[in-house]
Amino acid sequence: MAVETQVSSSEENGRPALDWQAIGRELFFTALVAFGLTFVLVGMQTADRGGELIIIPRFTDVVYAIVMLTLGRFGYIMLRYRRASFVLIASLAAFGLSFVLPFPSLFLETMCMVGGLLIALMAVVTLIRHRPGIDMRERDRAMDRAAARFQELSRFIGPILVVFAIILPFLPFMDRQYIDIATLLLMYIMLGWGLNIIVGLAGLLDLGYVAFYAIGAYSYALLAVSFDLSFWVCLPLAGVLAALGGYLLGFPVLRLRGDYFAIVTLGFGEIVRIILLNWYQFTGGPDGIGGIPRPSFFGIAEFLPASRDGITFAELFGIDFDPMHRLIFLYFLILALALLVNMVSLRLRKLPLGRAWEALREDDIASQSLGINRTNIKLAAFTISAAFGGFAGSFFATRQGFISPESFTFLESAIILAIVVLGGMGSQLGVVIATILLIGLPEVFRELEQYRMLAFGAGMVLIMLWRPRGLLAHRDPSILLHGRKGPGADRIEAEQKAAEATR
Amino acid sequence: MLNISGVHTFYGAIEALKGVSLEVETGEISTLIGSNGAGKSTLLMTICGSPRARWGKVLFEGRDITKMPTHEIVQLGIAQSPEGRRIFSRMTVYENLQMGAIRNTEDRFERNISRVFELFPRLKERRNQRGGTLSGGEQQMLAVGRALMSEPRMLLLDEPSLGLAPMVVKQIFEVIKQINQDDKVTVFLVEQNAFHALKLAHRGYVMVNGNITMSGTGQELLVNPEVRSAYLEGGH
Repeated sequence: MAVETQVSSSEENGRPALDWQAIGRELFFTALVAFGLTFVLVGMQTADRGGELIIIPRFTDVVYAIVMLTLGRFGYIMLRYRRASFVLIASLAAFGLSFVLPFPSLFLETMCMVGGLLIALMAVVTLIRHRPGIDMRERDRAMDRAAARFQELSRFIGPILVVFAIILPFLPFMDRQYIDIATLLLMYIMLGWGLNIIVGLAGLLDLGYVAFYAIGAYSYALLAVSFDLSFWVCLPLAGVLAALGGYLLGFPVLRLRGDYFAIVTLGFGEIVRIILLNWYQFTGGPDGIGGIPRPSFFGIAEFLPASRDGITFAELFGIDFDPMHRLIFLYFLILALALLVNMVSLRLRKLPLGRAWEALREDDIASQSLGINRTNIKLAAFTISAAFGGFAGSFFATRQGFISPESFTFLESAIILAIVVLGGMGSQLGVVIATILLIGLPEVFRELEQYRMLAFGAGMVLIMLWRPRGLLAHRDPSILLHGRKGPGADRIEAEQKAAEATR
Repeated sequence: MLNISGVHTFYGAIEALKGVSLEVETGEISTLIGSNGAGKSTLLMTICGSPRARWGKVLFEGRDITKMPTHEIVQLGIAQSPEGRRIFSRMTVYENLQMGAIRNTEDRFERNISRVFELFPRLKERRNQRGGTLSGGEQQMLAVGRALMSEPRMLLLDEPSLGLAPMVVKQIFEVIKQINQDDKVTVFLVEQNAFHALKLAHRGYVMVNGNITMSGTGQELLVNPEVRSAYLEGGH
């Protein structure tokens, strides 16, 4: 940062003079940080030699990594001094050299290639715009504008997305794998929307949402397996049981605030999982529950090649049996459930209950002084949200056909919470986009195997860097009088911008 | 209307109110003045039941509200403009006012909101603006307006003049007077700005270190030499 101010202060002929002392200092620190980061992570490899764990040093790799990182930093600094053409040539040279030079590992070779390309790209941007490419504030503002525009359009985007989701399974390129991914995405979208009621609307940080998901899944599985009830009977029951769980948890917990609340919900999630794991007679413990019945076509027909006591879906419509029918049916089932959750939350938001949630999120004390019963309102958020989690859980159980406590770890809670937070708390569309980024991308990159989670992490880091308050964090007023552009709306907007700029 | 007798309130081990007794008569404006940390805000919050008084009684229209939960006390007809205004900054002015009426039936909403807009024309101008982007004075107007939306019989105001320009302070006190005279709302005003508050009030109390040390009509206190030297001389 200090260097940047120096740059702007000695800006006479457009290209500031090079301050070699500052550059040398910055490069030295870069090399130092690079050494610290890579010395253990890159420089030491553990290997199993005859049952014994030994460390294989790879210090050539470390040297390569440090040199590459320092050179990259040098290019970055040169860009700040507006030596863009030089950087462009040098970085392209590095990119070309990456194919020729004997790198000790494929990873380093790829890094050199990607790094060279990235810096070349930045140089091109600098050349075109005649100044250093990335001005953070400007970029943030541009993205804020884009997000606001997008949200304005969301009234149209929403219905378009729904129509798209409905015709999706009939598109020619949709095969089994894509339907599966789409179903998975919708499950997370539904969970995200469910959790959004607690986190986004009521402003309570719930780290144990997976507990309700688990209660729903096990309720369905146990009811269906032991009492032979159909999916359509069990679904509402699972929702009710999960809601009951939310209610019971809510009572003691809602007295707590902030961090303490979050910790207790985290504990609740773990308690549910551990009970499921250890109550062997009831839940089957770590063996889980298998043979969970699949849903029928609204109790009329079965998705089977042939049925002994009833008709099959194929017979009902006079078409040939295809295993895809059930998958597509499941897809539509979760689509309908997710849309139900969405509709209910959008509706609730406009009712006094939803407004009270928002008020509580904004200011606890003010809400109380207006006569809002804090406990009841929060309890309602918990119960409704839990019921939706229960619905999603029973869908999960019927889709998988097998459930075990392994599916309900803290990681699941964390992923759902990440979807809500990164999407922009309280934004329905944000949840959809965040799910596509966080769940969809890693699924698409499944071939990359363990690097898949790298895509997840990268997605998260990028969102945090670029949109620290979530992708669509802007809150639209629930009610605007006299159309969107009332008298003085322009001035109001200008004031808001000024207020945001000074924040 | 409001009868407080022998109230002791504690924050942990610290005794913030040491046996406070005072009375707010129906239809009057009563004010409580005192310096920073005297316990004025604590008394207001104790009336609303958060924190609760450990000993003593708070009666509202003869009814014991000492142990009632906050939201029930508010529903009896006591509205509060809390310390620091505490408006909902991400909601618009209109939504803020709607929140004030959340416990009310819909048919009275239109009447109440047009009354608030009549008292504070500025709020009407800015009804679609977010609360957080209002100026301090407008935020204070909004806090008072929001409290009025529940059609209270009694209004508790916690330092409405705090941090505002003298012009705006005058305007707000003018409205408080109107609310009291035209709408027949009993007002209990907690203030550091003793001069304005005493001029407005029918009755005044002075609080020092959690105790009421003086009381009288507004006019009496205004000319009282002790009050003058402690709270009035020096800038006002």
